[in-house]
Amino acid sequence: MSNPIKNPLAAEQLVADPVPSAGEPISMHPDADLSKTVGKIEVKNAKMSMRSVDVFYGDKQAIFDVNLDIARNEVIAMIGPSGCGKSTFLRCLNRMNDTIENCKVTGSVLLEGEDIYATKQDVVPLRAQVGMVFQKPNPFPKSIYDNVAYGPRIHGLAHSNVDLDEIVETSLQRAGLWSEVKDRLDQPGTGLSGGQQQRLCIARTIAVSPEVILMDEPCSALDPIATAKIEELIDELRSRFTIAIVTHSMQQAARVSNRTAYFHLGYLVEVGKTDDIFTNPNHKLTEDYITGRFG
Amino acid sequence: MPISTLFTVILLLLAVAFYAGQRKALGFRARAQTQALPFYHGAWFAVYLIAPACAVLAVWSLLDGVLIKSMVLQSLPAQFSGASDAERELLYSEVSRLAYSRFSSTNADALQGSVGTYMSLNATSLKIKYTLSAMVMLACGAWAWLRLQPAFNARVRFERVVLALLLGSACLAIFTTVGIVFSVLFEALRFFDTVPFHEFVFGTHWSPQMSIREDQVGSSGAFGAVPLFVGTLLISAIAMTVAVPLGLLSAIYLSEYASRSFRAWAKPALEVLAGIPTVVYGFFAAITVAPLLRGFGEMLGLSVASESALAAGLVMGVMIIPFVSSLSDDVINAVPQSLRDASYALGATRSETIRQVIIPAALPGIVGGILLAVSRAIGETMIVVMAAGLSANLTINPLEAVTTVTVQIVTLLVGDQEFDSPKTLAAFALGLMLFVTTLCLNVIALKVVRKYREQYD
Repeated sequence: MSNPIKNPLAAEQLVADPVPSAGEPISMHPDADLSKTVGKIEVKNAKMSMRSVDVFYGDKQAIFDVNLDIARNEVIAMIGPSGCGKSTFLRCLNRMNDTIENCKVTGSVLLEGEDIYATKQDVVPLRAQVGMVFQKPNPFPKSIYDNVAYGPRIHGLAHSNVDLDEIVETSLQRAGLWSEVKDRLDQPGTGLSGGQQQRLCIARTIAVSPEVILMDEPCSALDPIATAKIEELIDELRSRFTIAIVTHSMQQAARVSNRTAYFHLGYLVEVGKTDDIFTNPNHKLTEDYITGRFG
Repeated sequence: MPISTLFTVILLLLAVAFYAGQRKALGFRARAQTQALPFYHGAWFAVYLIAPACAVLAVWSLLDGVLIKSMVLQSLPAQFSGASDAERELLYSEVSRLAYSRFSSTNADALQGSVGTYMSLNATSLKIKYTLSAMVMLACGAWAWLRLQPAFNARVRFERVVLALLLGSACLAIFTTVGIVFSVLFEALRFFDTVPFHEFVFGTHWSPQMSIREDQVGSSGAFGAVPLFVGTLLISAIAMTVAVPLGLLSAIYLSEYASRSFRAWAKPALEVLAGIPTVVYGFFAAITVAPLLRGFGEMLGLSVASESALAAGLVMGVMIIPFVSSLSDDVINAVPQSLRDASYALGATRSETIRQVIIPAALPGIVGGILLAVSRAIGETMIVVMAAGLSANLTINPLEAVTTVTVQIVTLLVGDQEFDSPKTLAAFALGLMLFVTTLCLNVIALKVVRKYREQYD
């Protein structure tokens, strides 16, 4: 899927000049070096591994040369100011960017050593392996049961109705929703509260048994209690899945993640153990962001 | 006063009143705390100055005709006292013509006195009308002017005026519809006086003639509407068989698969189909499609009438494709992107997403579009007149000539007709039946939609 860039010259200029245009918010440190990531990119036993990833929307480059590994069964948080490209980067990991017109991804994204952008790669099994939970809860306008059963039905995971019932029940249990909805599985999923809807979306995602779950600000539309439940859930899910979560809340990143990656203006500025990043950031930009000087 | 002058005067008065009210409000706004912006004071004052006077004007104009008529008829000379109602009606129109033109009649001399009464009454009525309106305007205007005070909340009052205006518009639309339905209903009832209801609804023979004299040749008429309704449904069904799949699939292609640049010109191009006059479709069907079908049928050894339901139905189907596709395209686009994302993120393909997420979510809108297309097909006349013929065959063979309800309504009313003959009144009965049919279709479709809809937020 690595399409050639329409205007390579313009793109190169953009790469050379990290400050895109006069109207954009300029980094507080114009001379700070963004192009070299601080911290340890590689991990042993990587589940996913991204090298030299660039993302373009038309002629505008959104991600610049990002290199990052995601370890098996870790929770990695991606933080950074709005528009820094963290969601864009997340959407590269299961090729959700394919659905956006004009979006081009170059570089390599490996899942278990296989390049997911290789031409022979079929997105259907890929997305079954790498699931995604979105910012706004988006249950289908179907019953709770059908919401969860949607993925297994598409991928033919259940051999009988009993099988399917079991998948639905386990998924809802793992998402911590079973006790709340078990008596009304035939009710529409859209009738649940916001927090329940988001857990339903998580149940729907884990029903196809993915290996990696991408979460794009899963709590930003929820109240603190629902947020706490989702965070608890993430903590339980980490034993089975590898989770990459984009969040605006630094407290959330600190609470749920093992490692944290800080993005700025499309660059991966710093990555490291969450405790280290929050107690002792190495890059000036990271420090400014987590101490609340901007963002 | 001619209506255009009256209109200009009213507009001028509105403008002046608005300006005056606003000025007054601006004046006291400088001194005191006001409840509303000067605009609202001006607007409210203008409405209260003009609206009651206009109402008086309108009511008087509606009523004075009736009043003058009864007074003139009372003043008729004694020689006409034995006249029947219809004759009195004629006399009155004679009087009014005598009054305003050099028209003359045998009764001109006898009616001289009534003409004088008529003219003087008219003149008086005009004077009273304008004087009364002016007085009402002054009274209401004075009352409204005195109410324009800082403490007066013109914003809330003006909001009520807007509410009344909107309610009035809605009522007018509804009453017009109800009025049309009732006028059709009463004419249809007159028809059912001469032709029994069951004969009309269940009769299978349609030959709308009525004898003028008892001994006339071919005086037997038959008003069985079944062939017409079967013909209508047959042609509509053929049209929908063409339009629904083509329209829906092209809408899906355009909204889900087509690139932005292709969509940019393909959608307007498709909508051009809706802009072609139906008469053009009509002769296209009659001159191009029908002979083509006939030739094709002959090749296969089938006998195809030169005016066939198939030709009309096919062309009508093409005509209503844009209704289905354009409306479906809009509702498909209105399905939130987040639902598509959710489906794609679970590994669904595009067609799985369309079948299982998008179509169910867009179903109410799609059914609405199809319904509109059905109503269009049932009501379509021109294509059928030209391509399907006028013979009321009771058949469901699409290769034969059939006729439809609307076509028969046209042929019943074309040319010089008596307005109280069963032949003419049959048109109203057909119209009523057509109305009831489409109403039933709408109700059924609403139920279907309510049952299968998947509501998203």
